[in-house]
Amino acid sequence: MKWIGRIIMVLYALLVAAPLYFVITSSFKTSQAFFANPLSWPNPWTIQNFISIFDAQPMWQYFWNSARVTLSTVALDLFLGSLIAYAIIRLGGRMGRYTFVYFVAGLIIPSQVSMLPLYSLVRQIGWSDNLGALVLVTAAGLLPLTVFTLTGFMEMLSKEMMEAGSIDGASEWKIYWRLVLPLSGPSLAATAAFLFVMVWNDLLIPMLLINSTDKLTLPLALMQFRGEYVTDYTLLLTGVVITAVPMVILFIFLQRFFVTGMTAGSVKG
Amino acid sequence: MMNRKTLWFFMLPGLLLYTGLFVYPAVSGLFYSFTNWDGVSTSYDFVGISNYKDSFDSIVFRKAFFNNVKFMLTVVIIQTIVSLVLALILAKNTRTRVFLRALYFFPAILSSVSVGLIWSFIYDPSLGLLNTALTSGGLEQFTASWTGDANIALYAIAFVQIWAHAGQMMIVFIAGLHAIPEELMEAARIDGATRFQIFRKVTWPLLAPSATIVVSYTTIQSFKAFDLIFVMTDGGPNYATEILTTYIYHLAFSNYSFGLASAGSMIFLVLLGLLTMAQFKALRRGGANG
Repeated sequence: MKWIGRIIMVLYALLVAAPLYFVITSSFKTSQAFFANPLSWPNPWTIQNFISIFDAQPMWQYFWNSARVTLSTVALDLFLGSLIAYAIIRLGGRMGRYTFVYFVAGLIIPSQVSMLPLYSLVRQIGWSDNLGALVLVTAAGLLPLTVFTLTGFMEMLSKEMMEAGSIDGASEWKIYWRLVLPLSGPSLAATAAFLFVMVWNDLLIPMLLINSTDKLTLPLALMQFRGEYVTDYTLLLTGVVITAVPMVILFIFLQRFFVTGMTAGSVKG
Repeated sequence: MMNRKTLWFFMLPGLLLYTGLFVYPAVSGLFYSFTNWDGVSTSYDFVGISNYKDSFDSIVFRKAFFNNVKFMLTVVIIQTIVSLVLALILAKNTRTRVFLRALYFFPAILSSVSVGLIWSFIYDPSLGLLNTALTSGGLEQFTASWTGDANIALYAIAFVQIWAHAGQMMIVFIAGLHAIPEELMEAARIDGATRFQIFRKVTWPLLAPSATIVVSYTTIQSFKAFDLIFVMTDGGPNYATEILTTYIYHLAFSNYSFGLASAGSMIFLVLLGLLTMAQFKALRRGGANG
């Protein structure tokens, strides 16, 4: 029994690690070395791919676009979502429940369904090809998830404490800002980790809204590289590595929150 | 004691954003589904329910629907088993196991564009790692055009979907396993129960809520898949990997049949709604058992 477990453990580790090994080593190889043997250890190591990709492409621009869009969307969702979650908890009763249901109903509608009308709406109001609009649209689409998660977490905070704050004469804003928000720290971090991954990696909404080359986000840029460098595998895989780096760093530092966020997120689908 | 007016004011910005850029577009999709709009011109006519009729009559639509079901069943069954087995092996908190958990989970944080590109290289019929490995291992007869063969392309992508998300579902199972009181296992062990008996009589029943979560989440995730297929095959070859979401996308943005595509989205939404309702029922039951 023990041995079977060990064997499965090792095999699955190989299954996950082999593609990752392949991507990372390829990004440090010359094209010739890659084609000679895609699985070999890089010899010589070269950072030429990284230089080329930043040289030939406005890579910093794509990176900066993705960073701006992701940070703004996550910040906006956390702020608006926590305000809504707080209001839902405080209102309670029927009103609280109705508001909760109204927001959470959006979880059933995936972006693949809202994509068509969204696309035409954004064009009608003249917002296409605008990173600000991308932030607003993405934030709107992820608000149901944010509200669901944060309401769930905030429900566990003591309501008596909030009441006590009111009795002592604190305004709603003060209770939210000084009391509830700091106490929600870990749940905000978990929600943020979850949102970061979704926004940073999103393909569909940016694809619908963005078309000029200087406004591409990283997933869009990768799709475009594929068209341009059909045969330059090492360059493309370098793009994959660069796209993943921020998420890896985030993952290393926020691992605990990633897991709570993902499990909390997975509960509602 | 609370100030209702302030609380409504708190909700206002989010309410406006969500209503304007999510609820309104979703509802207007229903409206477009009764028109023959091409998505570009300024005018269109109402065509009643003919878009819905045309959808059901379309061979591609039906093919996409069955592909959706095939893809979903494959992913749900295999991913649930794989993630459960991994969780059982990695549940203990030893240093190696905690590290492996992080490794197994890792693919979930990559974008589906990245995952799709990586696996496109692995599956590449002439240069790809998979065929190269098979050939050098003397298994030439098993090499294939993984995403180019209509019989296997859908399953090849399902495999990638599982590769990317089984570790994530493993975490849900591990959380469930950790919630089982150690004394129960201990008691069963003292009573002389075998490992298998402990699993069947103690672990599995108490794991039912986690299993329900994993199954229902995976069902919905795989039913609304889009990115991976879009990146790896874009529905081909010969519609072998066309699923409802890519079908809708192609209708709207390649064929300019916006009205027809909208009807397709509405049918897709209803199907997804049914699945979600089944999910809620199952969750409630699973919750009651746990």
